[in-house]
Amino acid sequence: MSAMLEVKNLGISFGGLRAVNALDLTIEKGALYGLIGPNGAGKTTVFNLLTGVYKPSEGSILLDGESIIGKSTEEICKCGIARTFQNIRLFKDLPVLDNVKAGLHNEFKYSLFSSIFHTPTYRKVEKEMDEKALDLLKVFDLDDAADYKASNLPYGKQRKLEIARALATDPKLLLLDEPAAGMNPNETKELMDTIHFVRDHFGVTILLIEHDMKLVAGICEELTVLNFGEVLSHGKTATVLQDPQVITAYLGE
Amino acid sequence: MEKIEKMKQKNLKSNLITYAIVIIAFAIMQVWQISGNLSSLLSGLLVPICVYVILALSLNLVVGISGELSLGHAGFMCVGAFASAFFSKCTAGIITWMPLRFFLAILIGAAAAGVFGLLIGIPVLRLRGDYLAIVTLAFGEIIKNVINVFYIGLDSNGFHVSMKDQFSLNMEADGQIILGGPQGITGNEKCSTFLVGVILILITLFIVLNLINSRDGRAIMAIRDNRIAAESIGINITKYKLMAFTISAALAGVAGALYSHNLSTLQASKFNFNTSILALVFVVLGGIGNMRGSIIAAVILTVLPEMLRFLSDYRMLIYAIVLIAMMLINWSPKALEWRERLLDRFFHKSAKEGE
Repeated sequence: MSAMLEVKNLGISFGGLRAVNALDLTIEKGALYGLIGPNGAGKTTVFNLLTGVYKPSEGSILLDGESIIGKSTEEICKCGIARTFQNIRLFKDLPVLDNVKAGLHNEFKYSLFSSIFHTPTYRKVEKEMDEKALDLLKVFDLDDAADYKASNLPYGKQRKLEIARALATDPKLLLLDEPAAGMNPNETKELMDTIHFVRDHFGVTILLIEHDMKLVAGICEELTVLNFGEVLSHGKTATVLQDPQVITAYLGE
Repeated sequence: MEKIEKMKQKNLKSNLITYAIVIIAFAIMQVWQISGNLSSLLSGLLVPICVYVILALSLNLVVGISGELSLGHAGFMCVGAFASAFFSKCTAGIITWMPLRFFLAILIGAAAAGVFGLLIGIPVLRLRGDYLAIVTLAFGEIIKNVINVFYIGLDSNGFHVSMKDQFSLNMEADGQIILGGPQGITGNEKCSTFLVGVILILITLFIVLNLINSRDGRAIMAIRDNRIAAESIGINITKYKLMAFTISAALAGVAGALYSHNLSTLQASKFNFNTSILALVFVVLGGIGNMRGSIIAAVILTVLPEMLRFLSDYRMLIYAIVLIAMMLINWSPKALEWRERLLDRFFHKSAKEGE
C-alpha cells in the first residue's frame, strides 16, 4: 500500500526568504497527521503548496501515487485534496445549505440549459444535492441552521461548516488549518470527537495544523514539527513532543 | 428537509411576487392607456421604461450576482441595437412577416452583444481586481466611435463598406444605405410595443432568477463571496465569471434591440457613458443583487425626470434629492429597521384581522 501523500524535498522562496526548505512528509492512508511549529514556521505555506495556491520552487508532491505539481487549485481539488482556512472563508451571503451544495459542485452536474429552464433533470439533481448536503450538515449538527446566512452562524459553527464544505468535495486528503482556533475548551473537545468521526466515517486522511497542544496530543497519531521552514522533528506524537529540540523551539532556551 | 422546503418556498414566493409586480403594472398601464387617460408623454415612455428595466436587470447580474463592475453596459446595448436594426433593415424585403423578423432581430442583437461580452471577458476576467470596470468603460466609448465611422450600403452586388463617406460606397443605382456613419440607421420600422417590452422583461427575469437558483448561479455567487474558497472546492473561476458576464451582455443586447426598434433613427451617440452610469444608478439604488429593486428603481428614475419637466430649472435638483432619499431608505440601517417594523406591524395587523 502506497502512502496517501508523499512529499519530497519540497521548497519555496519568496524573493530572498526561504519559506519552506527541503520538506519531506509521508502520510499513510487513513492517518491523522499533525503539522505544528511556532508562528511563521511555514505551516500554512505548506498547505498553500499542497493545494496549488503557490507553485513550489523545487520538490515533488505525490497524492495517492500521482504527481500534482503544476496543477491548479481547482484541478487539485478534483484530484482529492480539500482544505479549510485559518481565517474562515465561507460564502458569507449564501445560506448554510448552499455553502455545502457549492462543495458538491463537481459531483452533481447538469447543463446550463437545465439551470435556466429548471428542467426535470434540474429538479432531480437538486433534490439529490439537498439530501447529500443535509446529511453532511447533520454530521456537524448544522442541519437546524440550514437556512441561515453563513455569516450569521456563531464562530465555532462557521469552522464546522467549512469542514462540511470541504468534505462535500469528497476528498481523499483533508487539510485542516487551525480548526480549533478561537474555540473554548468544550468546543475543542467536541471538535476532537468530530475529527475522529470524520476520519472513520468518511475514510479520509487528515493533515492538520494546530497550536492547541491538547488537541494535537489528543488526536494526532504522528507529527511533523516545522521551524523556520525546516523540519525540526517528526515521528510518533508522544516521542516528538518529548524531543528537547521541539520544546526549545516552542519555549525558548 | 422541512427547513429546506420552507426556504425554497420563501424563495419561490419572492420570485413570484416579482413576476406579479411586473404583470400587474403592465395591466394597470394597459387599462390606463385604453381608457385614454394616459398622457402622450407617459405612453411614449412605456417602451424606454422596458428597455431600462432590462438593462438594469442585466447589469445587476454582473454587479450584484457576479460581483464585478461594468461601466460600459451601454456599449453592449449599442451592439445589440445596431446588430438587430441592421438585420431588420437588410431583411425588410425578405422576411415580410414583421413579428418573425423582429423576433430574429432580437435574437441576433442578443447573440452579437453576447459575443462581444465573451471576447472582452476572456482576457479581462482572468485578472483579479477592477480591471473589468476600466476595460468595459473603454469598450463603451470605442464601440460608439467605431460605429460612427462606418458606412455600409446594400445593392444588387451585395454589401459595400466604406470608412470615408457614403459616396465612396460606389453603389449601383438601386443601392440603399443601411448604416450611415454618424447618422446611424435611419428609416426603421417601429416594431417595439409595450407588450413586447413586458414579455422581454419577464423573459429576462426568468433567465436571471432561474440562473441564481441553480448550480451555475451558486458557483457564480460563491466566487463573488470568496474567490479563494471557491477555487479550493474545485469551481472554475474564469468559466463562471465568463458565463455571468456573457449572459449579462446578451441581455443588454436584448435591451438594445428593443430600443432600436422603437426609434426611426438610431444613432450611436445615444449609447454614451451617461447611459452606462444611469444603469449602474438603477442597480445601486434598487439594491445590489436585488432584482425587484432594480426594476422599481429603473421605472421610477426613468419616469421621474419626465414627470418633473414642469419644474423646469428645479428638475435636476428634485431628481438628485429623490436619489439621495432612495439611497437612504434602501441602505441606511435605521431606515431598514423602520421599514421592517412597519412591515411587521402591517402584517401582524392583517394576520390578526384574518383570525
